[in-house]
Amino acid sequence: MDVAIVGVGLHPFGRFGDTTAIEMGAIATRRALADAGVEWRDIQFAFAGSYEVDNPDAVVALLGLTGIPFTDVYNGCATAASALTLAANTIRLGEHDLGIAIGMDKHLPGAFSADPRLYACPSWYGELGQFMTTKFFGMKINKYMHDHGISHATLAKVAAKNYRNGVRNPNAFRRKPLSEEEILGSPMLNYPLTQYMFCSPDEGAAAVVLCKAENAHRYTDTPIYLRATTVRTRRLGAFEVHSPWLPIEETEGATVDASRAAYETAGIGPEDVDVAQLQDTDAGAEVIHLAENGFCADGDQERLVADGAFEIDGTLPVNTDGGLIANGEPIGASGLRQVHEIVLQLRGQAGERQVPGNPKVGYTQLYGAPGTAGVSILSI
Amino acid sequence: MARVPVAEGVFTWPSDDPRLIGSRCAACGIVTFPTQGSCPHCSSPDMAEQLLARRGRLWAWTTQEFPPPSPPYAGPRGEAFVPFGVGYVELPGEVKVEARLTETDPEKLILGTEMELVLVPFGTDDDGNEVVTFAFQPVKGN
Repeated sequence: MDVAIVGVGLHPFGRFGDTTAIEMGAIATRRALADAGVEWRDIQFAFAGSYEVDNPDAVVALLGLTGIPFTDVYNGCATAASALTLAANTIRLGEHDLGIAIGMDKHLPGAFSADPRLYACPSWYGELGQFMTTKFFGMKINKYMHDHGISHATLAKVAAKNYRNGVRNPNAFRRKPLSEEEILGSPMLNYPLTQYMFCSPDEGAAAVVLCKAENAHRYTDTPIYLRATTVRTRRLGAFEVHSPWLPIEETEGATVDASRAAYETAGIGPEDVDVAQLQDTDAGAEVIHLAENGFCADGDQERLVADGAFEIDGTLPVNTDGGLIANGEPIGASGLRQVHEIVLQLRGQAGERQVPGNPKVGYTQLYGAPGTAGVSILSI
Repeated sequence: MARVPVAEGVFTWPSDDPRLIGSRCAACGIVTFPTQGSCPHCSSPDMAEQLLARRGRLWAWTTQEFPPPSPPYAGPRGEAFVPFGVGYVELPGEVKVEARLTETDPEKLILGTEMELVLVPFGTDDDGNEVVTFAFQPVKGN
C-alpha cells in the first residue's frame, strides 16, 4: 500500500529559552495538521521521536487526550527516520489510514556527551576523551580527503553554501552568511574540521501527517508520495562512530546500505533525484554522504563543489534549507525537518530557496551514533 | 606516588614491554580490542585473550583540540588541557585499534607511518597516583 504525506509542520530550530520540547512539538503538530486540513481528533495513530524527552507522547496533554496508539521512538541520529518509517509501515500494513510522525528536542549547547557503557563501549574510552562524535567525523573526512583528493577549501565551500541557504530560511538557527575565509579561520576542533564547519545541538520540532495514498486527495491537491523509507545499522568492518577498534577487513557503512535499499524499494536511482537533504553534521559529512548516497563518485566532489553543483540553482541542490549546519540538530526532529523541506520543494512552496525547474523527486538521509542511518525517497 | 593504569585489563601492567590485551574468536578469527565475551562477527561466545602486536601503521587520524565534555572525560581540563592526536593504528593481521597519538602536529601525522605502542602520563587520580594510558608514537628512524 502506498503512503502519501499530506501535511508538514515545523517549529523553528534554534534556542528558545523556557519553551519546552513538548511545547515545540505541539506547535509543529498543529502546523502540520493545519497544512493537511485535519484536526487532532482525526489522527488515528502517532509516533514521536526525542533524545531528551523520555515520553514525547506527553504532547497529547497539549493536543487532546484522544486515546490513540502513540509510540515513542529513540534511535540515535536516525530517530526521526525511524518514527517516519514506523508511521509509514503502520499505514502500509493497513492498520490505520491517517497518522502523524513528530520529532522534538531541546539540547544544551556543546558537543553531545553520554556514558560510553550505554553504547557497549568501555568506561576508559570516555575517560580518555575518545568517546566523541566530532573526533570520528574529523578522522573520517581526514582519511577521505587523503584517499580521494578533497581539499580544505571544499569543506569551507560546503559550509558556506549551507549558511547561505540558511539566510533564505526563516526557520533556520543560523541566518548569517559566513565566508570561506571565516570558516577556515575559525578555531580548529578536530582536524581538519573547524568550529564553523560543524553543526550544533539545538532545539526545535517537526511533524509530518501521513495517509493511505488513495485517500490523499481528500486532504490536499499536492500529495507527496513516500516512495521508500529505510533504516540500517552498521555492519562489522564499516568505519563508524564510537568504535574503539575496527577489523582489518573493511566494508561499506550504514548509509550506503540504507541508501541502496531505499533506491531498490522506490525503483528510483540517484540520477532521478532533483533535490536532496543530507546529514551534514559537519561539512566533511556532506562531502562523504554525496558519494555514499550515490550522487557522485568518490573524489568528484572536489570538482562538483567548485562548479556549484549542489547550490540551489545547481544540478543537484543539497541542503536547500541550510542543512544541519544552519539549522543545528535537535536529534528527534532533524530528519523530519529534512522531510519538511523536501515536501515544500516538491510542492513548489519553498519561497526564496525554491529549487528551479519543478523538482519531482526528493531524498533525505540521516546518519549518526552509534552507526545508524535512515534514508527516505519522496516524489510528486 | 604510584603509577597506575587508566583501567585494568586494557594493557599488560606492570610491564617493561607493554602489550594491548585483545581477544580472538576461536570460531571465526576476528580480533577485538579490548577483550569482549562474545564475537561481534559470528556471535560465538568462544573468545580467548590475545596480546596484540606492539607495532602497526597509522590508518586514520585527527586531533582533539578542545576538552571533551566531563563526564565521561577524566583528563586535564580548562587551562591544563593539552590537545592530543588520536587515530587508528592497523596492527597487521590483527585489528585496528583507536588510541591517543604522541604526535599532535598535522604536518607530522602521515597515514601509513609505522607506529609503536608506548605508555604515557594521562593525569592524577583522587589518591594522587599518576595515571598512565596507552598511546602510539611514530617509530624513530622512519
